[in-house]
Amino acid sequence: MNFDLSEEQRLLQQTVAQFLEKECPPSVVREIFEGDTGFDPALWKGMVELGIGGLHISESYGGAGLEVIDLALAAETLGYAAAPGPFLGHALASLAIQLGGSDEQKKNWLPRLAAGDAIGTIALGETDGAWQPEQWTANANDKLTGRKQYVPYANLAEVIVVGVAGGGLVLVERSAAGVEVSPFGGVDRSRRLDTLDFDGVAFEPLPEGRAVASRVRDAGLVLIAADAFAAGSRLVDMSVEYAKTREQFGVTIGHFQALKHQLANMAVEIEPARALFWYAAHAFDHIPGEAERAAAIAKAHCTDGAMRVARSAVEAHGGIGFTWECDVQIWFKRALFDRAFLGLPSFHRERAAQLAGW
Amino acid sequence: MDLSYGKEYEEFRQEVRGFLASNWPVEGDLSREEARSRFRERAVEAGYLARSIPRKYGGSEQPADEMRATIVREEFAGARAPGDVRGIGTMMLVPTLLEKGEEWQKEKFVPPTVRGDIIWCQGYSEPGSGSDLASLMTRGELDGDEWVINGQKIWTTGAHRADYMFCLCRTEPDAPKHAGISYLLIPMKQPGIEVSPLRQMTGGSDFNQVFLTDARTPKDWIVGKRGEGWIVSRTTLKHERNSIGAAAQSVATFTGLLQLAKSTQRNGRPAIEDPEIRQRLAALEGFVRAHEYSGYRQLTANAQGKSPGVLQTMNKLISTNIGHEVANIALDLLDDEGLLDPLADRELGRIPRGSRAWISQYMYSLGIAVAGGTANIQRNVIGERGLGLPRDAYAQKSK
Repeated sequence: MNFDLSEEQRLLQQTVAQFLEKECPPSVVREIFEGDTGFDPALWKGMVELGIGGLHISESYGGAGLEVIDLALAAETLGYAAAPGPFLGHALASLAIQLGGSDEQKKNWLPRLAAGDAIGTIALGETDGAWQPEQWTANANDKLTGRKQYVPYANLAEVIVVGVAGGGLVLVERSAAGVEVSPFGGVDRSRRLDTLDFDGVAFEPLPEGRAVASRVRDAGLVLIAADAFAAGSRLVDMSVEYAKTREQFGVTIGHFQALKHQLANMAVEIEPARALFWYAAHAFDHIPGEAERAAAIAKAHCTDGAMRVARSAVEAHGGIGFTWECDVQIWFKRALFDRAFLGLPSFHRERAAQLAGW
Repeated sequence: MDLSYGKEYEEFRQEVRGFLASNWPVEGDLSREEARSRFRERAVEAGYLARSIPRKYGGSEQPADEMRATIVREEFAGARAPGDVRGIGTMMLVPTLLEKGEEWQKEKFVPPTVRGDIIWCQGYSEPGSGSDLASLMTRGELDGDEWVINGQKIWTTGAHRADYMFCLCRTEPDAPKHAGISYLLIPMKQPGIEVSPLRQMTGGSDFNQVFLTDARTPKDWIVGKRGEGWIVSRTTLKHERNSIGAAAQSVATFTGLLQLAKSTQRNGRPAIEDPEIRQRLAALEGFVRAHEYSGYRQLTANAQGKSPGVLQTMNKLISTNIGHEVANIALDLLDDEGLLDPLADRELGRIPRGSRAWISQYMYSLGIAVAGGTANIQRNVIGERGLGLPRDAYAQKSK
């Protein structure tokens, strides 16, 4: 029994965290957050040089050959810093190609994605909460036609993995004729979303796309759970720090039980959830029979919990917490993103109920 | 990460199973109690029970290994074989004596406590001293070779069955609050002690008031020196460690609730098919699994001699929160049966039905929330020890 991170995994998190503390402190996050593109090429390049772009890509294609747990740990560290950029879509697109692509497709894309020479993204969502493979309607008979929504950084991506009717996955180049990208105007300005319209676009199917689509979705749920845990955990830390420095009635406000208890409740909400996303990631890699349900429960629980913590964090900061200037809003909005992206908690709870045969 | 126990531990598990297969149930014409105590003797001999207790005090003196301890608990529970004697004596008194007691005290009290031959109760809380325990007023005064004790203890679990009490008494009335307390061992069966049961809202009686009126105990039945009682009582706390025990209880209660949801009807179909019930159960399961897997984290950390961090301050509040939600869902599942009085069966001489047991759980979950430090005190502990927030201004002043 060893339910703990390995030395290598700790080192990975430390290395990324140290890089982000230096290159992506809250002041930098805010600049990008408030900017037009939500993207800083130099920062992304730095992250890719740390190996973030290809953690789970096989070594033979230039990646690190690690597992989804390692990807989730990276997602946690990036989330704790609210590091802006295309990590989520890039990771899921390359995972889809790795799991479901032909040798040719892997050879074409994975080395470039791992090295950061190309950015990838994934288009799963459609209107009315149709995130799941069985709900997709984009038509990919001869040419690709249809609309995909909530696509992370589609404007930057060279290659896009698209979920299509029948539950399969296809590859599209963004520069292909008939692809139209328009900004969605998402709430989380550190992870921008676009809408994609396809009008008779050339595509390549991933040969195993249909078989791996739900696996890719599950990996997405795990990464979102990890990010939500990180957002909640950052908000607890910020609120505790504030309670230790802000003074009223001649003492720091952390002396007061009303606030102390609120902070304790926030910590109790979020800290146990770390084990939940670890377990879901571990199950994805090693316990196939439990992976789908564990991912659904982790996504529902971590994102709901992060949202509750985020609301409390605003309260714990008082008036300043409600302002644009206060950094609480950055993680509050990451929590909003995590809660909705890939489907609401209630949706995944119903799936978990069905998967248990309730 | 590896959720299996690994080769070495699986071999150990097989060994434990082999031991159980040939020793439990105990053969021969024995009473239940004789059989259990015979089995325990063999299990101690084999190194499975009383693992942290030295051989000379009736234990099996095994090197600390929480994985092995967990495997023993799992396998013994699976075979319904008696495990370590449970109770406040083995949980709190024995570790305290082993660390702070005199040699003769260890020899006299530890072996029979570990065997379950003597039963202890804990004399800490008083009517006026709950969360602020160190304000306690029960007096201990030396009279020749004996302590004479006067005062009142409350919430004393099992006092009506106990042979001895380990008791915090104020022996140095002129010393500052915490420094005026001593840790005395007191025989319960004596004229100066009166035990009066408290009746709970559930109707049951698990704990008591204990009135001490010129109760007596020998001068040397003190653990630590005079005025060291507070520190002695604190040493006990770090010995309590069963990383996954609380979580296992949460999982078991949740499993029971699922069973209830499958066996009761709501709107003409099994309640578990009701959309609202499914949502609430699945949301609760998130908390239950988070608790369960956090137990694995703590087990791993403890087994490696590392600190599990802020998590270890949270277990009781997590269990409490889960207990509350189980109770809320159960009450809705019971529907009209929520009108039942859980006591009525006993009074009418019937065997209690499942519904009544769940109504009891609805109330008992509040007992869990209060016992051993209320949920609000737990929040203080998490805030202060876990998150490093400053101590409450009033608590600091009263030192």
